[in-house]
Amino acid sequence: MSAAAGTVLTLAAIDPTSPGKPGINIAIFLAFVLVTLIIVIKGGGGSKHSSGEEFFAGGRSFSGAQNGLAISGDYLSAASFLGIVGAIATAGYDGFLYSIGFLVAWIVALLLVAELMRNIGKFTMADVLAFRLRARPIRVAAAITTLAVTFFYLLAQMAGAGGLVSLLLGITDDAMQSVVIAVVGVLMIVYVLIGGMKGTTWVQMIKAVLLIAGAAVTTVWVLALNGFDLSELLGRVVENTQEHMAGKGQAADAMINPGLKYGGSDWAKVDFLSLGLALVLGTAGLPHVLMRFYTVPTAKEARKSVVWSIFLIGLFYVFTLVLGYAAAYMFAPEIWEKGSGVPGGSNAAAPLVAAALGGPWMLGIMAAVAFATILAVVAGLAITAATSFSHDIYTNVVKKGQVSPGAEVRVAKATVVVIGLIAIVGGIAAKDQNIAFLVSLAFAVAASANLPTIVFSLYWKRFNTRGALWSMYGGLISALVIIVFSPVVSGSPTAMLTGADFDLAPLSNPGIVSIPLGFLLAIVGALTSKREDERAKEAEMDVRALTGVGAEKAVPH
Amino acid sequence: MGQGLGPGGAAENVDYSAIEQSPEFSRLRSTHRRFVIPVVSAGLAGYIAYALLASWGAGFMSTRVLGNVNWAIILGLAQILATFAVTVAYVWFANRKLDPKAAQIREAIEAGAGGVQ
Repeated sequence: MSAAAGTVLTLAAIDPTSPGKPGINIAIFLAFVLVTLIIVIKGGGGSKHSSGEEFFAGGRSFSGAQNGLAISGDYLSAASFLGIVGAIATAGYDGFLYSIGFLVAWIVALLLVAELMRNIGKFTMADVLAFRLRARPIRVAAAITTLAVTFFYLLAQMAGAGGLVSLLLGITDDAMQSVVIAVVGVLMIVYVLIGGMKGTTWVQMIKAVLLIAGAAVTTVWVLALNGFDLSELLGRVVENTQEHMAGKGQAADAMINPGLKYGGSDWAKVDFLSLGLALVLGTAGLPHVLMRFYTVPTAKEARKSVVWSIFLIGLFYVFTLVLGYAAAYMFAPEIWEKGSGVPGGSNAAAPLVAAALGGPWMLGIMAAVAFATILAVVAGLAITAATSFSHDIYTNVVKKGQVSPGAEVRVAKATVVVIGLIAIVGGIAAKDQNIAFLVSLAFAVAASANLPTIVFSLYWKRFNTRGALWSMYGGLISALVIIVFSPVVSGSPTAMLTGADFDLAPLSNPGIVSIPLGFLLAIVGALTSKREDERAKEAEMDVRALTGVGAEKAVPH
Repeated sequence: MGQGLGPGGAAENVDYSAIEQSPEFSRLRSTHRRFVIPVVSAGLAGYIAYALLASWGAGFMSTRVLGNVNWAIILGLAQILATFAVTVAYVWFANRKLDPKAAQIREAIEAGAGGVQ
């Protein structure tokens, strides 16, 4: 480790490149993984997933509060915990935008989308889109955008898992970190195949409780050390970072002011706005969040579950502010930079704060919670992508609806295996980047490719198939092209491809271009083609969305 | 399963167009839209104003208000509180204004009236 880190006063004398004791860390960690696996097997009811209702939608039998916990579990992924804390530890106030954007986004999800989708849909986002539009092309497009969003989300989770386990074991070697990612992929496949949606939902609930409780304890601990005075905490951040900031030509108090990362130029400010737009509009287009609206018996329970999750998630995001700033004053600012030897870089901030406060035990527990978070989120994502492929492409397009429910589940399980393999490869490429940032790319794709079509098909009768296809493909392609030519993929020190430089776009998040483009294409596509002759379907969709007539019911047990 | 059929079976031969035209349904729809569209727009506008202030108004946002706590921290936490407030307001509104109207129409359809004319 670098000499600079060693000379800085930390609350607990720990080595940030290898905190704790690998033996204790791993023992606590494995015990935790074992317990959650048992829950999956029990909660999932063995392997009796003959019906799609059970495997995909958990029998629609969860209560609003239970489902709210599960939504929080899905949403509070590695990005929210490891990623945001790391972003605040390194970019100061600018990192807090993630917390705010991720939360305000729920206003769109709750008011515009959640209940109406619950009333119309069955398993996937495409069920709603295909209701009155031409089903086959719409389902194919929706499955493709779902897979794209899932891919970016999975990359982030895998990067997080690799960094975390390497931190526990003190592994700084690249090849060994890749092995860690492969092991996570295998565990994930086992989880999903055994548990299905129901088992995963149970893990999400337990994990959400542990994560929020763990973050709460750590936050109170940090505040107690600062006399429960936020001002004192911020003062210590300034004190610890001013020298480092001066070295970068920044003001002494740059860490507590906006603009440290995104304040340099007008382009940087546009990039900040771009990120902000993606965060706030992405949530209501995330397929794995939308799917959670189907695991409750009624629209009213869907509403209750979103309310539960908004309060839990909001509370958690207040904790991230304290934890991020705690990392910023407890450790030398140099250790977050690439090459300092800290596994996972800024993503290690949250577990390091835990280690500084409570030593190896606290580190082991918090790391296990974080790992369970990743495992559960990955499983939820894999189920969503698998459901989308088997239900939308295999059942409704390849087999034209003539398929036994058993076959649909078998195809989904095979898809999970394939997704697991892709996630392993992607996770290895992305492991040096901040996780919250990686997830923001998934949000940008969701907001550009999914949100316009969802909103217009629910609220605009003149909307039609061409508008939907233009918007989904146009939003997706523009977002992907901008990402490929951005500093994320090449031309920056933490880029995925280190040997190349085809970095053209100054934006690290495509949202500010691709989201308006997605909406614009939806409108232009719809207005330049005829209104579909589906008045009866339009009326049925309208009535069912608002009244809940004929909505999918819970499976009786 | 045909998309027009509810699993309950009762909604099989419903004239949805007639229901959509009915005054009861129109009232439900306009009540819903008159709440959600302005509130979502206001929420997003507030958020974008905050993001603009944090980038082009960084000087103001960096002004200390309470000790080291500056406007940026206060307005950021205010965004979180505003989200909570909107959530509470929507639930209050939906329980009182939307649910009874929706239930009335749904029950009429499920009773086999084939519409609420």
